Amino acid sequence: MKILVCITHVPDTTTKIKFTPDNKQLDKNGVQFVIGPYDDYALSRAIDLKNELGASVTILNVGTAETEPTIRKALALGADDAIRIDAEPTDSYFVAQQIAAVAKQNNYDLILMGRESIDFNGGVVHGIVGEMLGIPALSPVMKLDIEGNVAKMAREIEGGKEYLEAELPLVLGCQEPIAEWKIPNMRGIMSARTKPLQVLPPFAEDVLTETDSFELPPPRKECKLIDPDNVEELIDLLQNEAKVL
Amino acid sequence: MAQETMQFQKKVKADLFESPDFYNIDDLLTEEHKMIRQAVRDFVKREISPYIEDWYEKAHFPYEIVRKFGELGVFGPTIPQEYGGGGLDYIAYGLMMQEIERGDSGMRSTASVQGSLVMYPIYKFGSEEQRRKYLPKLASGEWLGCFGLTEPDFGSNPSGMKSHFKDMGDYYLLNGSKMWISNAPMADVAVVWAKNEAGRIKGLIVEKGMEGFSAPEIHGKWSLRASTTGELVFDNVKVPKENLLPGADGLSGPLQCLDSARYGISWGALGAAMDCYDTALRYAKERIQFDKPIAAFQLTQKKLAEMLTEITKAQLVCLRLGQLMNEGKATSAQISLAKRNNVEIALRVAREARQILGGMGITNEYPIMRHMMNLESVVTYEGTHDIHLLILGAAITGIPAFK
Repeated sequence: MKILVCITHVPDTTTKIKFTPDNKQLDKNGVQFVIGPYDDYALSRAIDLKNELGASVTILNVGTAETEPTIRKALALGADDAIRIDAEPTDSYFVAQQIAAVAKQNNYDLILMGRESIDFNGGVVHGIVGEMLGIPALSPVMKLDIEGNVAKMAREIEGGKEYLEAELPLVLGCQEPIAEWKIPNMRGIMSARTKPLQVLPPFAEDVLTETDSFELPPPRKECKLIDPDNVEELIDLLQNEAKVL
Repeated sequence: MAQETMQFQKKVKADLFESPDFYNIDDLLTEEHKMIRQAVRDFVKREISPYIEDWYEKAHFPYEIVRKFGELGVFGPTIPQEYGGGGLDYIAYGLMMQEIERGDSGMRSTASVQGSLVMYPIYKFGSEEQRRKYLPKLASGEWLGCFGLTEPDFGSNPSGMKSHFKDMGDYYLLNGSKMWISNAPMADVAVVWAKNEAGRIKGLIVEKGMEGFSAPEIHGKWSLRASTTGELVFDNVKVPKENLLPGADGLSGPLQCLDSARYGISWGALGAAMDCYDTALRYAKERIQFDKPIAAFQLTQKKLAEMLTEITKAQLVCLRLGQLMNEGKATSAQISLAKRNNVEIALRVAREARQILGGMGITNEYPIMRHMMNLESVVTYEGTHDIHLLILGAAITGIPAFK
């Protein structure tokens, strides 16, 4: 079985976000980058499948050279090789085009990625890739088992879970608890050094959207603490100041 | 299960540690170093931080951590991969010790004893058969090891040791006892230093289960409570002749092991200091007194600024020492300076941090008091604070004051 895991290179979840002076780009100064947390779950499940069924796991990232430490970490976690499409991941359509082009050349049984990236939170790349390849795309998948040529999955839906089956190949957007996130061990980190990382120019240049500007949410208002015994004051403030009662 | 996962994630989230890097020292590390540090930090946040206060309170050594450390690869990281080691450099080893001790000094003690005091002498002084027999199992955590040098009456003066062995033709007959031995009660393998009939110090590999060998636990410690410490007692133990380390002769054998371990401690103590600083900084920004965060007060800022200054200096000492270790140029006196300084500043940082936290600082809601109690062992073991000063004194003047 061949698995492609698409990873994003995103700011660590604790980053205090700032933008460049023109408000058009993230200010990357001092920001620590990580594998997208949802992608990390997808990768963990792929590694488990590799151990259970003997699959090969290829990492795909659309990004400039600065994403290579993130790709190496994915290799350290147990992926076999990696492909980097040398381009800024400008919008979902652009990224999906690259994934679909790589997938067409290599016939993967499973294309896994996070349900969404945690920087722009588009959450549509898996759907576009599925459409481009003419295969089913499902998200958010929180459980995945493979039996022969069939994937058995659980998907989160409003107020509950949906259990479903589909034949491979598939594109899946993943989320926890599809697998337990993994920590690379020293042997993995050492072997990641020598695993193949192929750098390819972008397959297509179409970008359908452009960012005009970003805006930070207004700073949080001052918080008022009220003694738990003083319910009257709480009600008074909720009624007369917050006007929510 | 889902509930367990949620509780676990809550606990993981609670450990927000980030290491300070005021001098952009990260720019001097490789991407691999940073990945190693992050892996060990994530491991500590997942496997140690959520449980350490409970283990500490109960004086419980979590034996399962040995296997987990083995899987992670923190045992013997500088030993070649063909023997199960990591084949990594000394800076990688230091960063691992920093992160583990950031979690707890006792956990770091377990790791540094296994790597520097058990695997290192078997690798450095052992025969090829000994290396193949012991190192892979110690690296994987299948076996736990300990190191027997200190005796009840010989701590800073190990050359006076009484433990001795006799050549009985087919085997060596070992007698004597060792004291304050980390990992001893649970250890499968002990590297024991004892005198032969000619009075030369030699290393012997003693295995659990050998007749006459016991390792009673020392109870009542107020320090390193999550690690296990014991005695080693040898009552006519028949040690096979192939268990003698052929490459070690005299006190320099154990002292070389201690150099490697003390190097790790200088990074480890830095980790404990960082955790205290990080905790105090977060607390100072959140704790309100006189209608403002206590971080706004000059005396709190003084404490934080001095802590960061000492941590930054210690980081630079560690990094340079690591470079010297990688080149095989580090001297024992240079290692003494780093161990002595870093443990001392860690204790000072812990005390200042404790004051910033006020009453909360003495509880196990925060790690500071635990670090402080742990560091009271670290300042004494592997060469006391005073002995390291005298090693420096001897290096400076050429006149040893302790002979």
